Amino acid sequence: MVLKRLKHFIKSFTLWELLKGLRLTGRVLFDKKSTIQFPDETTPQSARFRGVHALRRYENGEERCIACKLCEAVCPALAITIDSDQREDGSRRTTRYDIDLFKCIYCGMCEESCPVDAIVETGIANYHFEERGENIMTKEKLLAIGDRYEKQIAADRKQDAPYR
Amino acid sequence: MINIEIDGKKLSVEPGEMIIEVADKAGIAIPRFCYHKKLSIAANCRMCLVEVENAPKPLPACATPVGEGMKVYTQSEKTIEAQKSVMEFLLINHPLDCPICDQGGECELQDVAMGYGEGVSRFTEGKRTVKDKDIGPLIATELTRCIHCTRCVRFGEEVAGIQELGAVQRGEHMKIATYIEGSVDSELSGNVIDLCPVGALTSKPFRFSARAWEMQQRPTIAPHDGVGSHLYLHVMGNQVKRVVPREAEAINETWIADRDRYSYESLHHADRVTKPLVKQEGVWKETDWSQALEVVAKQLNIIAKNDGADQIGCLASPSATLEEHYLLQKWLRALGCQNIDHRLRKTDFRVKEQAPQSAALPCEFTDVEYYDRFLLIGSYLRKDIPMLNHRVRKAVMLGAEVSVLNPVDYDFNFDVAHALISDVRLLSTQLAGILKALSANAPLFSTLPDYLRQVSPDPAQQAVADSLKAGEKVMLFLGSLALHHPEAGLLKALAEGIAKETSGELAFLHEGANAVGARLAGAMPHVGAAGSALPTPGLDAAAMTHAPRKAYVLHQIEPEWDCAYSAQTLQALEQAEFVVALNTFQSDTMLDYADVILPAAAFTETSGTYVNLAGHWQSFEGAVVPQGEARPAWKILRVLANLHDVEGFDYTASTEVRDELKQQVEESAAQSHEVAGQTDTSSLKSYSASRDNTQQGLVRLTETPLYRTDAFVRRSPALQQTTDNQRTGVRVSRQVAEQYKLDPAHPVTLQQGDYSVSLPWQVDEALPGNHVWTAGVAGLGAPFGAIELTQGKVS
Repeated sequence: MVLKRLKHFIKSFTLWELLKGLRLTGRVLFDKKSTIQFPDETTPQSARFRGVHALRRYENGEERCIACKLCEAVCPALAITIDSDQREDGSRRTTRYDIDLFKCIYCGMCEESCPVDAIVETGIANYHFEERGENIMTKEKLLAIGDRYEKQIAADRKQDAPYR
Repeated sequence: MINIEIDGKKLSVEPGEMIIEVADKAGIAIPRFCYHKKLSIAANCRMCLVEVENAPKPLPACATPVGEGMKVYTQSEKTIEAQKSVMEFLLINHPLDCPICDQGGECELQDVAMGYGEGVSRFTEGKRTVKDKDIGPLIATELTRCIHCTRCVRFGEEVAGIQELGAVQRGEHMKIATYIEGSVDSELSGNVIDLCPVGALTSKPFRFSARAWEMQQRPTIAPHDGVGSHLYLHVMGNQVKRVVPREAEAINETWIADRDRYSYESLHHADRVTKPLVKQEGVWKETDWSQALEVVAKQLNIIAKNDGADQIGCLASPSATLEEHYLLQKWLRALGCQNIDHRLRKTDFRVKEQAPQSAALPCEFTDVEYYDRFLLIGSYLRKDIPMLNHRVRKAVMLGAEVSVLNPVDYDFNFDVAHALISDVRLLSTQLAGILKALSANAPLFSTLPDYLRQVSPDPAQQAVADSLKAGEKVMLFLGSLALHHPEAGLLKALAEGIAKETSGELAFLHEGANAVGARLAGAMPHVGAAGSALPTPGLDAAAMTHAPRKAYVLHQIEPEWDCAYSAQTLQALEQAEFVVALNTFQSDTMLDYADVILPAAAFTETSGTYVNLAGHWQSFEGAVVPQGEARPAWKILRVLANLHDVEGFDYTASTEVRDELKQQVEESAAQSHEVAGQTDTSSLKSYSASRDNTQQGLVRLTETPLYRTDAFVRRSPALQQTTDNQRTGVRVSRQVAEQYKLDPAHPVTLQQGDYSVSLPWQVDEALPGNHVWTAGVAGLGAPFGAIELTQGKVS
């Protein structure tokens, strides 16, 4: 009993516990670092990553979306709102295609349901909003993202194609 | 009765029925495309193949009559295999364009493909493509999708009565096309959209604007004619996206007229009034409800106090609801004003309508099919009331004979046995001739003016009389032309006389969705609600025009289109001190004459009741929220009466108004149907005073075309583009064109007294000589009066 108290007394005065803890620190101090220096560095990303959405176009510049509204119907979060009408050339097109990113749960079902591969979820994971309402991705914004990242989007789809 | 068994379920059925009918009644599903219960059996899609015991091969359920002891299997291996094979054949040529097809989500082929189709097609050959046809402004075609069920073709032959669509060529080259290049012009054409099991025929105005699963289906009643077809409104958000029929065997079967189907387009017209408007010192200002209503109450009070309530006149649309008619007359009569009328296009009020009838037809719509002789008097039934015309057509198919008496040789979709095409001024002479042929000593003759007493029947009249006399069940229709005729009272008395001689019955084809209801509700100057007697009768619609009032209350009307004396009515409104218009729409003319415009809800936005020609009280509820600050008219009228401190206006629902009136109607002795010989014949002799015996000179003939009847159809873009609506402007007979040496390149000037208008014109071979046909033209005088025609010198 006395011995136990003496042991405790000595341990307290020599900061034994601290040294014990620092042993781990010392051990990993010279190991290879795993911290990512965001935004200078990013983690590797799967081609299947489901980030912010985009609307794609065909090579001739025609928008793919035909306003079938399957994505709107399948969306479990009711994040997609579409209005459709007949365009002047008689084709079926959207007049409005809104995705509310606050509602979206990034499940990717819109992409799964799309018969023409128009709506896709891109690899873009980093974005922010500054103003109220910016969370609504309009048709123009979605098409702009599609135009800008088409190369990456197409490459990702191609890589994943054998598994579909 | 014979006994059969379907899927082990024992059924007792009528001999002669087809397996599919029996299965449908028993709730057993058999897939089908070409079979439709209202059309003949074609058995060309083969989708309904079922296994029948002891039959070597599967049999088509739609074309196999039941037999004693028959055992049918709809789920057996053999059946499923047969149906799967048929499905595979059907899908060979059907394009995989469901995502852009309007039928997607409500497509019979899609549904059946889900049940019987394979996931993958074995065919790699190219698919058949067919060039689309432009068949008019109502129906969009995508004929590549057609599966050749021929429902649309059979509809044209069997229901619409004009063969416009047909199947040309055969095998893989078969296609549905118009026989003659042109549009599909039937007034029932929209029904092929519902019939088409795929997306080959879809609604053009609706095209691509919504998906079946996004819309909610809400029931309502059609507001355009006296049939009151049952409708479903398909609503997305707060917008009516399209209209489809609601099945009602006794009213509209499974069909509706194009007018009922496409008039929803007007609901979002730019003319909609969405805020109360008040004119202050000549400038229109938007205001709120309380201010607008107070202005109305105050102005009417001032006029009632200073000039007497008799100086107020009220014109209401015959398509307003029963509740609105009832509240209008209750409110105005409480103020002391009896001048209220809904018979806007009527010109002859000499013979007063007696107690209101609870129906304008002597029977149900379905019973019309079982009459064997008809006489149509002054009616283009096919375009006036398409669904009633359908019943008459069915009767003709069963062997009935139809005779018509019209000023124009109208194009009916059934065989007319005897057509009397006569000068519009001589309709009464023709009827008198028929009556004389039936009975030379009919008691009615003693009350008739001399010029009718002396007629002697010609062979054509004799033929009509013989045809009617040979009939067992005879029905006479007094059409809108006869009811609006300057000798309407005389025509009615003569029709009653003929009905009496032939033991027939008389039907009145009143205009508007609620003409019978308006009469019951008391929207007439000489009888109150439920036929109650009035101390002093007020002024009728024509009298309110000829003797201008100081104030007018206009309910859902546009006088330039809806009133018989359009120019005079507008003049009367212009000179009035105060005009309040309750209306869904505004127009430039209305902004001229009105002082206050109160936005009334459209027919989809209000609750109410229409009483149809057969006397059915059909209530409906609002399907969508009124646009802007528009309110149901019955609520507006309730508040107006409250502001005037009228007792008994504490209604909280339109059903309370209806029930109040219903109780009054039941207590009163409202007659079930106007019986023959009821007309007060004492005033008939007076008609000789106004008679133009010479029949010289030109006469105006006014008709309200199908798509001009009310404010809603007038603002429906698709209906306005139809061929039916091209019957506008001025039409003259060839004789007149030659006599006046008219130049087709230049408009003609029509003159009636002080009123004149210039319009483009054309020759109409269907018109008799001396007639100038106009389509409810604003700016002229009497609709059936003498008219002068000139054409300026061409320089």
